[in-house]
Amino acid sequence: MTRTLDRPGAEVPTPAGQDPPQRRRRRDRTALIPYFLILPALSLLAVVLLWPIVQMVWMSLTDYGLRQLRGEPAEWNNFAHYVSILTDDRFWTIFRNTIVVCLLMVAITMVLGTLVGILMNRLPTWLSTTVGIALMLAWATPVISAAIVHRWLFDARYGLVNATLARLPDWLVGSGWESFNWFNSPGPLFSVLILTVVWQSFPFVAVSVLAGLKSIPGELYEAARVDGAGAWRSFWNVTFPMLRPLFALLLILQIIWDFRIFTQLNILAGGFTNRDVFLLPYYSYQLGFYSTPPNYGLGSAIAVVMTVLVLAITAYYLRVMIRQGETR
Amino acid sequence: MRHRLLKKAGRVGDYLAAAAIMLFALFPVYWVLTTALKPNGEIFTRDPTLFPRELTLEHYKRVLSGVLIPETSFWSFLTNSLLVTLGSVAIAAVFSLLAAVAVARFRFRLRTAFIVLLLVIQMVPIEALIISIFVNFHHLGTATSLPLTGSLLGVLVVYTTVALPITILMMRSFVAAVPRELEEAAAIDGATRWTVFWRILMPLVAPGLVATSIFAFITAWNEFVVAFTFLQSNTTSFTLPISLKYYFGRVTVEWGSIMAASTLLTIPVMVFFLFVQRRMVSGLTMGAVKG
Repeated sequence: MTRTLDRPGAEVPTPAGQDPPQRRRRRDRTALIPYFLILPALSLLAVVLLWPIVQMVWMSLTDYGLRQLRGEPAEWNNFAHYVSILTDDRFWTIFRNTIVVCLLMVAITMVLGTLVGILMNRLPTWLSTTVGIALMLAWATPVISAAIVHRWLFDARYGLVNATLARLPDWLVGSGWESFNWFNSPGPLFSVLILTVVWQSFPFVAVSVLAGLKSIPGELYEAARVDGAGAWRSFWNVTFPMLRPLFALLLILQIIWDFRIFTQLNILAGGFTNRDVFLLPYYSYQLGFYSTPPNYGLGSAIAVVMTVLVLAITAYYLRVMIRQGETR
Repeated sequence: MRHRLLKKAGRVGDYLAAAAIMLFALFPVYWVLTTALKPNGEIFTRDPTLFPRELTLEHYKRVLSGVLIPETSFWSFLTNSLLVTLGSVAIAAVFSLLAAVAVARFRFRLRTAFIVLLLVIQMVPIEALIISIFVNFHHLGTATSLPLTGSLLGVLVVYTTVALPITILMMRSFVAAVPRELEEAAAIDGATRWTVFWRILMPLVAPGLVATSIFAFITAWNEFVVAFTFLQSNTTSFTLPISLKYYFGRVTVEWGSIMAASTLLTIPVMVFFLFVQRRMVSGLTMGAVKG
């Protein structure tokens, strides 16, 4: 391993043609070692993720259905899927809902997580640790369990939420909660969905912000206080600028994660029958696996739209990471 | 004087806020645990009790004895989950260690391209790729007569691959943290590459390897979409997360049993989480992006 060259000039260059043939062969083999080392990982990535990306684009441009799954050749269809998506009101409704729901999840998660991080930083250690453990339990709950317990809390007949709302005075919460169904229409369902997702994702933001806050020197806050800055100003003038890279990263991560929501929606919506409450990943999935006949082509077209959106959102972040030397 | 009073009020406010946050974070967890322990009479009622009046292990018994899904049992779901999870973690650990050594210790022509590929590919949501992965595996399975769809094998392969970008990037930072001088010194003493690898590098990156593996374990253990897509045709191949979905799909939802099963699914994650919680934050914010 010492022969590998991280530092330029670490190896004395041998004049060409003077290498004994045996040594040269050995060095050639050495040059291949890293390729052998990445080969297993690279071949899996190529077969399982890279090729499907190519295939997804191809399928989105053809009438890919059950016949093609059985081996019949797929035929180019002149962007028919894209045309039908772009002219379909349902697609645009789902598209808009996806953006709105995702933005709400991200915004609430970021604000709540940051506030909790700041709070934890002010608390005495024992209490901050206790809060940390509580957060960890929410964070570590499997997504499917989180979805199911929220489905149960909001159950129409036996759910705790409806029972509580029904017991509260009508002037406060209105009436008619006894059998209110949260899972039929977009508004209530998306509210529960946002709650479920935020519940699980704010702990990560809180813990990350807490770690970030601990790295800011206290003198900066002292200086701000001397200058007469209150909590609000010292957040915007000290904390935020110091943690800007962290916030940017957390924001990107939350957008990516919340954009892909599937499991929670599957549990809350209880299947694929109610198209009013679909989000993009869910719509794509339904077209591929739950429509008769399966429409892999159209499902793929929506998947392509999703992928392009995600990559567009992350492009900036990727560029920063690559420039900052993640690749070095 | 006034200042001190304000400070005191601020502290009380902090404590109240902390209590509210804990309540918010813990309540659903508490509701899972208590529902699992309540008898059905207390579960199916229009005014639920905050504290169970009577505790029962009935739901756990029903789940563990496989009354809910005929012909199978919790134990077979557990075995399936362990198989795919541990299998994919083991393969991902070996593959990513190799690749991490390549990236951290060698300069080679495709190195940057490889890292950029890892960074980009982990951004692509698996939910977008699931249709084409399924179709791809269907064709591959037909060509090779391997049971890639409808069996645990395909799920294992997908879990392994999906874990790779993040595990390689995490492992890379652990390998890079080992001082090169140690390896150089050993090489000067006449150690072969293999000896250097096993005797010097391995012991030093072992903790990192464990942390990375736990990370991959949690992800695979909780995974739903891929298992749901590949395995739903036969109940004997179910993993734990999709078995929960199955309990759920019944005409009358057995909330108590679902909550009991949910607890059993959660316990291993909680235990592992304790070990890697801190690394989880640094791992996730390091540039390793997939959750």
